[in-house]
Amino acid sequence: MSGLSITGLHAAHGRTEILTGVELDVADGALACVLGPSGCGKSTLLRVIAGFHPATGGRVALGERLLDDGRQRLPAERRRIGYVPQDGALFPHLTVAGNIGFGLPRGRRSERVAELLALVGLDGLQGRHPHQLSGGQQQRVALARALATEPELLLLDEPFAALDAALRTELRAELAATLRRAGATAILVTHDQEEALSFADTIAVMRAGRIAQQASPQDLYHAPADAKVARLLGEANLVPAQLDGSKADTAFGSLPLTSDAGGARRGLVVLRPRQLRLTAEPAPGAVRALVRQSQFRGHEHRIELQPQGQDTLPTSLIAYADEPWPADEAFIRVHGQAHPVDEPGNPN
Amino acid sequence: MTGPARTLPAGRSPLLRWRAAGRLPVLPLLAFAVVAVVASPLVFVGVQAAQSGWDQAQRLLGRPLIATLLWNTATLAAAVTAATAVLGFGAAYLVERTDLPGRRWWTVALTLPLAVPEFVRGYSWVSLFSSVRGYWGAVLVMTCSLYPLVFLPVAATLRRADSAAEEVSRSLGRGPLATLWRVTLPLTRTALAGGALLVSLYLLGEYGAFAMLRFTTFATAIFTQYKLGFDAASAALLTLVLVALALLLVLLEAGTSRRGRVARRGTAGRRAAPVRLGLWRLPVLVALTALVGTALGVPLYALGYWLVRGSSTTLPSASVFSAALTTLGYAATAALVATAAAVPVALYAWRRATRLARTAERAAYLTRALPGIAVALSVVHFAIRYAQPMYQQPPLLVAGYVILFFPLALTAVRAALAQVPPGVEEVARSLGTRPLAVLLRVTLPLVLPGLGAAAAMVALTASTELTATLLLRPTGTQTLATQFWVYTSGLAYGAAAPYAALMVAMSVPPVLLLTRRTLGPNPRTETNR
Repeated sequence: MSGLSITGLHAAHGRTEILTGVELDVADGALACVLGPSGCGKSTLLRVIAGFHPATGGRVALGERLLDDGRQRLPAERRRIGYVPQDGALFPHLTVAGNIGFGLPRGRRSERVAELLALVGLDGLQGRHPHQLSGGQQQRVALARALATEPELLLLDEPFAALDAALRTELRAELAATLRRAGATAILVTHDQEEALSFADTIAVMRAGRIAQQASPQDLYHAPADAKVARLLGEANLVPAQLDGSKADTAFGSLPLTSDAGGARRGLVVLRPRQLRLTAEPAPGAVRALVRQSQFRGHEHRIELQPQGQDTLPTSLIAYADEPWPADEAFIRVHGQAHPVDEPGNPN
Repeated sequence: MTGPARTLPAGRSPLLRWRAAGRLPVLPLLAFAVVAVVASPLVFVGVQAAQSGWDQAQRLLGRPLIATLLWNTATLAAAVTAATAVLGFGAAYLVERTDLPGRRWWTVALTLPLAVPEFVRGYSWVSLFSSVRGYWGAVLVMTCSLYPLVFLPVAATLRRADSAAEEVSRSLGRGPLATLWRVTLPLTRTALAGGALLVSLYLLGEYGAFAMLRFTTFATAIFTQYKLGFDAASAALLTLVLVALALLLVLLEAGTSRRGRVARRGTAGRRAAPVRLGLWRLPVLVALTALVGTALGVPLYALGYWLVRGSSTTLPSASVFSAALTTLGYAATAALVATAAAVPVALYAWRRATRLARTAERAAYLTRALPGIAVALSVVHFAIRYAQPMYQQPPLLVAGYVILFFPLALTAVRAALAQVPPGVEEVARSLGTRPLAVLLRVTLPLVLPGLGAAAAMVALTASTELTATLLLRPTGTQTLATQFWVYTSGLAYGAAAPYAALMVAMSVPPVLLLTRRTLGPNPRTETNR
């Protein structure tokens, strides 16, 4: 077994191309996340993998088995791929036990159902019907049902979207733990960057029908491939710079780069809000700025700044700080390494 | 099929893609076959009329008869549609938006006239008042019969629509009447147009009531020409004109409802504080009582009167029983076939929101424009041409019913499928279940109650069908409707009464079912959350 591998995948709805050359690899036993804005094709990608939507070209393989290459297609029921849709889609006419045991041969049912109820923490609820369960319980049943047949790959399509924030965080942690315990390979689709960053071993950022970048959460956050990926994963300050080797010359002075930028050229560097530090006194490399707005967000303060006397900088910079800034004015210094990105994004 | 290991070049058409997956597109093929069958009368009417040739067609269409028929049909349709729109909207507004006492009871009382078949209503008026005849008789009888077709959709729209727009209008200084005219009425435009379409389609297709009222329309003229047998081509041409009129109406309505689409929010609207009737309460109650009395009271009185009067003369109870059995046999068979045929079409459109699937479903709905007489004639034509041994055999009548009531079954099956949570079929497949097993273990169990309701609806509606039954029944077979027709044609009103009473009784459950499905649960019976 060597996990899922997708190369050059194309798919369409009618005449509209939805997937335009998707490349994706998920190692055996890994938890992967496909992150992207709504309409980027991530649900279609999941449905092609599951076998609910035909590929028009490319190749989808699970281990040694070919799933779809636009000519040959393995039917969904023979793929051994579990699927948990957004709202769970429990069978409303079956009990919890009936739902979990749906894909199992009759003889093994009761034993395996008990195992799975314990796994998702729903002992004693096997006789209930879906409408007698809370939203969180329904999602757990949907997960248990998908895991019951021991699929080689589990697909989760925004499984927590319908739940409230607290329950979502709790279930997400629980799901990751359950999947690791079961040793399952899973792909979660979401548009929530926080969900992606906290859940996955590897994140594939999807944009307009292809994968823009696939990397570990840390790498993706600190070393995004371009300005758009940087923004998708959280607020980012994009600062023009003169790049040269491992240094970037910016309005904040010379900053070390995360990776070698090669020869001298103009470009952009990503500075996360936590990298901007505010001081009251001018210092070398510090940029004077007016404090436009300070927002308390519970665990931090989000401070919006307008740099003064620096026409190369964007008109607004964002910094996160532990304390509210008491004055109307501040000096900004940059802490840590800057990451160069290629694409000149909209500097706002 | 050799299975998925076969390699085929990737095709652009859906059919080739299916073959690439190693499976026959069974569902789409079935769906299209069904649509082709139910839409075939449209083709047959054309084929049959074409046989008369251009010259003869011109001669036939140029006759004064056509002008008379067009005039009769158009003036009747105009008067009845206008009257039903006013009555239906007024009643719906009173029931849904005012503090009328006993609103739930009024809703039921106002829809129950649908349970009286038009030809039974014609009989009840003609048998009591010999002066109810001709144009005005037809307007009276058809208005009483058909206003619930406007009342129901308008009431449903008013019940679901958020009353916020009406409240805003009041807050902007518009009085109740100005609000009614400028906000509430436009809100129900789609429902009004849909109801008016149904009313005019019924008017085009009705035969029995008009024959009884001695009023000549396309349907009665076609029937007479066909039955007298001297001019089959003429009957076919008239049918073609009738079908063209019906299709024109459907297209007109489609245009109206597209322009008048009302944005609807996801959640059910709040119920406004009802408009206070105040001094109007008494006149409104009198008016509604008069309406229900005319539409429901007169037929019930007539039935009671003739049942009592008729019992002294001839009451062949044995023949009522056997006619009822025959009727139920045909109706139940037709209901089972129609529902079974509706399943693939509904399933195909529900599963795949492709243009092809939508087209299939729309084409199937288009057949509701076909009047009973047109369906019957094309079935007869088909049998004589291509299936001579079937002519005047039971399967032909069943086929007629199935084609005639297919849209009814399709609507009901679609409503049942809409209750199935999205994604359950796909999840079942991902758990290793084959498509046929998914259908048997998941989809069908979920829609079974809905299929039962669909079949019941078709069966009970078919039990009171007269026009197609008269043309298609096997020789010697009598259903409730045809036996009733035989007696009333001989002016044996007393003998006809038990048949009429039984048909009315059988129509009550589908009417209640339709009311419930259209209006949904009454908001006041639900607890506030």
